[in-house]
Order: sequence, then C-alpha cells, then structure tokens
Amino acid sequence: MLDVKSGDESSFDFLLTKYRLPLVNFLYRMVRDRATAEDLAQDVFLRVYRARKQYVPRAKFTTWLFRIATNVALNSVRDNRRQKLEVSLDAPRSADEDSHPRDLPAEEMRIDEHLLERHRVELIQRAIASLPEKQRAAVLLHKYEEMDYAEIAKILNCTEAALRSLLFRAYENLRVQLGPLVNPPALQRAGERRPS
Amino acid sequence: MKCEKVSQELVAYVDGRLDPGVRNEVEEHLAECAACQVRAQEFRGVFSLLDELPAMEPSLPFDARVRQRIAAEPRRSWLAWFVPQARLAFAAVLLVVLAVWVGKRPANNSAHAPTPATPAASEQDFNAIKNLGVLENYDVVTKMDALAQLVPTADQKPQKQRPDQNESND
Repeated sequence: MLDVKSGDESSFDFLLTKYRLPLVNFLYRMVRDRATAEDLAQDVFLRVYRARKQYVPRAKFTTWLFRIATNVALNSVRDNRRQKLEVSLDAPRSADEDSHPRDLPAEEMRIDEHLLERHRVELIQRAIASLPEKQRAAVLLHKYEEMDYAEIAKILNCTEAALRSLLFRAYENLRVQLGPLVNPPALQRAGERRPS
Repeated sequence: MKCEKVSQELVAYVDGRLDPGVRNEVEEHLAECAACQVRAQEFRGVFSLLDELPAMEPSLPFDARVRQRIAAEPRRSWLAWFVPQARLAFAAVLLVVLAVWVGKRPANNSAHAPTPATPAASEQDFNAIKNLGVLENYDVVTKMDALAQLVPTADQKPQKQRPDQNESND
C-alpha cells in the first residue's frame, strides 16, 4: 500500500489481485447477493485508491481494508433493510395478494424441510444471514479471514472482551439454528444424503 | 472455572487460539461439566459446517470494472500543488479584499477632511524660518506681542493660521 501511496500504479493491481477474492466473499456473505457484493467490493477498492495519499500504516493493511469493507457492507445491509421496510409498509396489497396468504420467509421453514430439499449450503447461508450484522461480520472475519481477536476488535471498533462476547453469542445463535445439522444423528443423516 | 466463564472462552478454545494456561482450565471444567462439553462439541460442528460454504469467484469483468472506475477518477496534475484548498483560498481572498478596503478608507476620509497645511500657512512658516537668526531666544519671541502675532507658537498655530489664511485669500 505504501508503494501505491508513492504513486506506483502497478502495486494497486497487486492489491486488487490479492484481496479481491476474500473481499468479494466477505461482502457476498454479508449481503447475500452476488451483484451487490461485487459492486460493494468495487466501492471498497475505489475508496482505498482515493485514500492512498492519506494512508498511514498504523495497523495491518488487511485491518484497514476490512474495516472499510465492513462499514460499506453494514451501510448496504441497513439501507436494504430500510428499503424493504418502506416497500412492505407502503406497497398496496393487490387482489391477488389478498386471496393468497403471503409466503413466509424461508428462515421460518422447518429445518427438516431444508434437509429434504437438500439445501444444506443454503441453510448455512441463511443461518449466517440471520445473524445481527455485527455478529455476522465478526463470524466472517473470525472464521473465513482467520483474523486474530485484536484485529477483528479494531475492525468492529470494540474491545477484545466485547468481541469475545459477540463471537460467543454469534456461534451460540448458529448452534441453535443449525442444531439438526450439528447434532450427530442429524449430521449422519445429512451426510448420507450428500452426494459423494 | 464456572460455566459462564468457560462460555466466554469456548470459541477461542474450539478454534485453538486459547493460551495454554486458560486452555488447561477450560479442559478441566469440560471434563467435569457434561453440558459445556456438549456445547463445545456442537461449536466444533458449527465450525465444520461453516467450512462447507463454497467460496465465490468474482465475475470475469470485475477487475476491469475496478480499473475502469479508477481510470475515471480525476487526476491531480503538478499544477494542483499550487492550488490551495477551497476554504483556504476563500479565506485568503477575503483577507486581501479586507486589507484593500481598510487601506483605502483613510485615503478617502482625508480627501473630505480640511487640510491643515495650506499654502498661506506654509508661507508663514517659511518666513519664520527665514527670520530664525533674529528670533534666537524663544522667550524674547513669545514676549514680543508684535512678533508673537507674526510668528505663531506651536499651540497657536492652527488657530491663528486660519484668519491669516482667510486674509491672504481675500
């Protein structure tokens, strides 16, 4: 990043190549939409480029990068939630909607129905998506980016003790939601259904 | 170690990031507490489930789009070094305008104010200076009424000059 700061454009290509995969995946798991994740990842790289002159290496580059990414993702999730709320409150109900009950969100479907539909991955994705945003970001940074607690705490702007509590609550939520997949008998049945 | 404390350390224990000392304490508790043992086991299950999530490859034009957006960013030329920030520039311009305005104010006022030094007064001064050899002693000068009228003292000067001036103008 210091090379980029000094005006070396090729170093930015190196950063792009190195971090696009973890960044796009992190954002995809945060927002659960491929196109949005890619748009947000572009925004993150653009912000990095714009801030190159002001960059001061106080912490690891990845901490800085994922702090930007987390803020971008959280803003997007909140904006999206607000838009959905506005649509659901403002949209007039059509005659068709009145005649048929609305479909419940898939999160509320029974977990064995998911197993029957062999949507194991989908179920895991939904479990992650159902976490509150900050818990979700903490799990993704901890599990997929394999960051240490101090780094994640800096990204999420909290203390390490608060992060430990946050991670515990997040994994506890996942444990409850993914219970049938986690428990050995269910795991065994799911394993039998999975293609080899 | 109690269950509540173990809960806080369980994530770090399962992913193997716990300090050896704390790890031993957690393991001692797990050996005695079946509930925490099950929870630790289920956390391991959650960890391995999360590993099943496939990674997403960015689309092919992703890099090109990023480069395109960066290329569209306005470039700062070397001339930009001379251009200060907008607020700073505004403040500087304001300061210059204020300085010019303040600088011009006394000049305008003096144009309307009466001039103390008129050509007649200057002539009086000139005559006084010309006769300075005779008027060496100031006390003598001030005691001589005729001369005192002719050569005004510094205090009387502005008051006496005006009637003289008027006379000369007449």
